[in-house]
Amino acid sequence: MDSWYKFKRVFLSVGVPPTFWLVAFFLVPLALIWVFSFGEKTGVVGIDITWTIDNYIRAFNPDILKIFAKSLWLAIAATVICLFVGLPVALGIVYAPSKWKGLLLLGIMLPFWTNLLIRTYALIAVLRTRGYVNFTLEWFDAKIRVLFDLFGMGGIATALLGERFQALELLYNDNAVILGLVYVHLPFMVLPLYAALERLDRSYLEASLDLGAGHLRTLWNVVVPLALPGIISGIIITFIPALGSFLTPDLLGGPDSAMIATIIERQFKSANDWPFGSALSFLLMYITFGALALRAVMAKRGGSDGLEG
Amino acid sequence: MSNKIRNGLTRRSMLQASIAGAGAAWAGISFGPKAFADEEAKVNFYNWDTYIGETTLGDFENLTGVEANMSLFADNDELFAKLREGNPGFDVIVPSDTYVARMLAADMLEPLDYSLIPNTKNLNPLFTDAAYDPGRKHSVTYMWGTMGLGVRKSATDGITSWKDVFESDKYAGRIAILSESTAMIGMASMYLGTGMNPTSQADIDAAVDLLIKQKPAFKAIAEDNGQDLLASGEVDVTIEWSGDIGQVMLEDDDIDYVIPKEGSLIWADNLCIPKGAPHPMNAHKFINYILDAQAGALIADYIQYATPNQAARALLNDSYNKNPSVFPPDEVLAKCEWQIYQGEEISRMKDEAWTRFLAA
Repeated sequence: MDSWYKFKRVFLSVGVPPTFWLVAFFLVPLALIWVFSFGEKTGVVGIDITWTIDNYIRAFNPDILKIFAKSLWLAIAATVICLFVGLPVALGIVYAPSKWKGLLLLGIMLPFWTNLLIRTYALIAVLRTRGYVNFTLEWFDAKIRVLFDLFGMGGIATALLGERFQALELLYNDNAVILGLVYVHLPFMVLPLYAALERLDRSYLEASLDLGAGHLRTLWNVVVPLALPGIISGIIITFIPALGSFLTPDLLGGPDSAMIATIIERQFKSANDWPFGSALSFLLMYITFGALALRAVMAKRGGSDGLEG
Repeated sequence: MSNKIRNGLTRRSMLQASIAGAGAAWAGISFGPKAFADEEAKVNFYNWDTYIGETTLGDFENLTGVEANMSLFADNDELFAKLREGNPGFDVIVPSDTYVARMLAADMLEPLDYSLIPNTKNLNPLFTDAAYDPGRKHSVTYMWGTMGLGVRKSATDGITSWKDVFESDKYAGRIAILSESTAMIGMASMYLGTGMNPTSQADIDAAVDLLIKQKPAFKAIAEDNGQDLLASGEVDVTIEWSGDIGQVMLEDDDIDYVIPKEGSLIWADNLCIPKGAPHPMNAHKFINYILDAQAGALIADYIQYATPNQAARALLNDSYNKNPSVFPPDEVLAKCEWQIYQGEEISRMKDEAWTRFLAA
């Protein structure tokens, strides 16, 4: 490694712009919100920084905790589903012919380039009572009835399918929120998994298969441990944004699906309580830091295991 | 020929404008809004989306030579958040009633000079005073309306009371309410008889308890898209703003707008000049132009909200003037109440109560 001291100018020109960016657009605003979280409202727009911890104490109100718990549950459910869907997808891309790989990755990335609001409204059009899923089901329903009627068994069709087609209630509940979160965050899971699996030495897999392990056992005992850093990265970068989502639960969720970001948004807008909103944001941030610290610890442990093994 | 003249004029006025602009920028800092005389020929209008006539801004520019720039906000909170740390350069803004009060409490509005707005004579006398701005020193009404129920006629049987929404399983799973905490607590309180603006913790709790008990009957808490839920058949009853339901009623005969017998909310959006407006003179000119009969009629006809401008209404036909979703009958309006800005303490009580509703 060359010393920065010897190549001062190079290091300065490369290092200063990103440092400036990080400080001006990340650390300073974040610090501002952090300071606000110890503030007190004075009147309509005034905030006095009194270093009170009241805002944090207020956050431990049972209603807020309940919504926090709900957010955790929805984010964890979405992350687990992303993992189970994402792993086969990533494996599929890794083992696809190389000319297809770029195209398949593009397919994963493509929805990213469309605005989240538009994608969410599209999802609403698919899932609502008079949406495409229900239209499709209704079409099949009608065809089956015609088929049964053809054989003079209309009664059986009615017994099986009911008097008339009942549309599925796919929107405005927790399942819709989880589906929305999975849909939005799947790329966050697939990409780190793909990166980890791509680097994997395939001779290990061949050895495992040659030595008599089945495919599932190879997956579980060889692929998963080797890809563990990627899996952990995927889990964390899926979980963190999922925990903070507010558009998805607001638009797809029912009256019981409020997530913590909805409450935070309200503090900065209609409730006009920036100190409390800041405290809630930072509680979310502390959870994020916790998750990142956990990852660092696990990565370290994984690394030392590797050395010993 | 006329084109040539206009071009010449434009170029010259542009030159003037740029000189005046530099002057005004300077004046803005040193003398404050008093330096009316050499104002740049511009006015920055901060408005809601689809809330102005098709040609209003261009017409104003042709008439006065003042260029009107419009930026859009999505809701009052966005407007308030943009201005709370200082005016970024807006001359005319359109806050709703309670936000006029909130902005007055925060000293964010410039008093209006009515000698520069002679067209206020066109306004319905009902709108010459308002509880949210006593004496109307800082605001004139732009448009007004109500909140009520959008209903699908074929799937409901004549809803007349809030009972069907707040205390009955008749339409369970087919109701959407709005994500407007203060208004929803107000509606539930109207039903309970404590009025649109409950002030005590007990009254607020009673309203929220009612909402919590009824929560299983609500299918969604709409983000101001209740009219879409109604139009797409997702729900059959939705609490919404009158104008939003009015728009889907134009496309679907099966949709109706109802104000329950216990009464509902009446609101108004207002033209105001925020403190620190760079072009206060043009702002007055612009407000006066909007209150003009012809200009007001074009706006109201295009956006289909209720105008307080009597002279403009006289120019419009019955399909606008007699539309009950735009202008509810007087006896219905008599039961409607304004939301009142009650200060930060009560706002916080209501916000916490709403969080309790969401968590329940």
